[in-house]
Amino acid sequence: MTEPLIRIQDIHKSFAKVEVLSGISMDVAKGEVVCVIGPSGSGKSTLLRCVNALVPIDKGSIVVDGQEVHDPKLDKLALRRKVGMVFQQYNLFPHKTALENVMMAPVHVLKQDKKEVEARARGLIKKVRLEGKESSYPGELSGGQQQRVAIARSLAMQPEVMLFDEVTAALDPETVKEVLLAIRELAEEGMTCMIVTHEMGFAREIAGHVYFTDRGVIVEHGPPKEFFSGAKDPRTRQFLSQIL
Amino acid sequence: MDFSPLWDWFRWLNGATGIKLTIFYDSFDRWRFFYGFLTSVRLQATCLALSVVVGVVGAWLQGARSRILRGALQGYIQFFRNTPPLVQLYFFYFALGYVLSVEGDGGLRQTLVSSFAWAVICLSLYAGAFNIEIFRAGIEAVPKETVEAAEALGYSRLGAYVYIVLPLAFRISLPALNNNLVNLVKTTTISYAIAVPEMLYVANQIWSDEVNVPEMMNVLLIAYVSLVGVVVLVMNKWERALRVPGYVS
Repeated sequence: MTEPLIRIQDIHKSFAKVEVLSGISMDVAKGEVVCVIGPSGSGKSTLLRCVNALVPIDKGSIVVDGQEVHDPKLDKLALRRKVGMVFQQYNLFPHKTALENVMMAPVHVLKQDKKEVEARARGLIKKVRLEGKESSYPGELSGGQQQRVAIARSLAMQPEVMLFDEVTAALDPETVKEVLLAIRELAEEGMTCMIVTHEMGFAREIAGHVYFTDRGVIVEHGPPKEFFSGAKDPRTRQFLSQIL
Repeated sequence: MDFSPLWDWFRWLNGATGIKLTIFYDSFDRWRFFYGFLTSVRLQATCLALSVVVGVVGAWLQGARSRILRGALQGYIQFFRNTPPLVQLYFFYFALGYVLSVEGDGGLRQTLVSSFAWAVICLSLYAGAFNIEIFRAGIEAVPKETVEAAEALGYSRLGAYVYIVLPLAFRISLPALNNNLVNLVKTTTISYAIAVPEMLYVANQIWSDEVNVPEMMNVLLIAYVSLVGVVVLVMNKWERALRVPGYVS
């Protein structure tokens, strides 16, 4: 078996005295799509933030593509080139147009040629179906459109893996669809994805593996079919019964 | 262009009404007033630019890791915010200026830093201290999620500051910055006290020679209203140019 792209081993993280992650382990293979579900406050978002070193961990190990994240000498830029992240609140740069948002990081951070980046950025905007919105500012776009710009912005860095942190939680049901479609297309192209979501239907459909977290630990995990129809743990069953 | 009919009219006005605007028809007064006006503009422009630089750099250093650096910065801000600018100017010119002087011909001490330079240093630091606080407020108003997004894209702290935080903080800070810069333009008149030959200083020379205090007072007021007007106009234009559709700062 080949080495997984992401290997998370027994990580712990506390904020002040509250332990948010209490020993989480999981492997994500290249091209795999995993969904993490669970109640609010169960540590899902923190888990994602640990993977690209936005949040340092207290104990354990995260290896992304051979690089130990929990290493004081970590080259954060090298890591973040490989790991793209999309946030719940989009977090676009409001003073830049959609196209500029997508172009900024490759030009400023990777010092790539502006013309090449622009061609790639236009392609990405087209890919997320926002052709014609290149010169719109985030404030002029709907939530779903902004979120798709955010996806394109992350992709412009040509990452190996994408992290999605409840990316549809702030959207209305109609715009949720267009964002999920963009993610589905990515997954189908073979992008490795870690998706934190409350969209159970989406998770069932897209995930190769589903993890259920509660109070900082993984309660149960498995392929979606078995997970959603035959959950064994009572906590999982209780959670699913409230949602489905 | 020949202005002599205009100058002649002011001369006639003096004869007819006693309103004595020598700065128009007396070529010597005209020249020294113009020179004073230019000195004022030069002083104001230099201080405006430097105080903004001090504000931007200072606000960045407020987030520095070193506690000593942050402490020193805080000391500077408190010192300049909590003492009168005229006292600061005297301190620089008479205390520091004395230390930085050498024995010249006939026992006279020669200063190494001109009074104009002292005024620039002092007023830039004075207004800069306020600008730091103004920018800090703007920076704190930038959502930390936006900064996090920049970090996730690989930006360093400096990169995120230059490309994302500062442009946003600037927009938020502009109204307060406006006020402080207008204040700075007006405060440059205190450099009169250390004999910088700016507008107020030469006006004083003129009214001492010509005994036309009321006239020169009016001239001064009108000149300052116009100068501040230009600053306000430029700042408003800038504010409008920076406005982003759909973004309420």
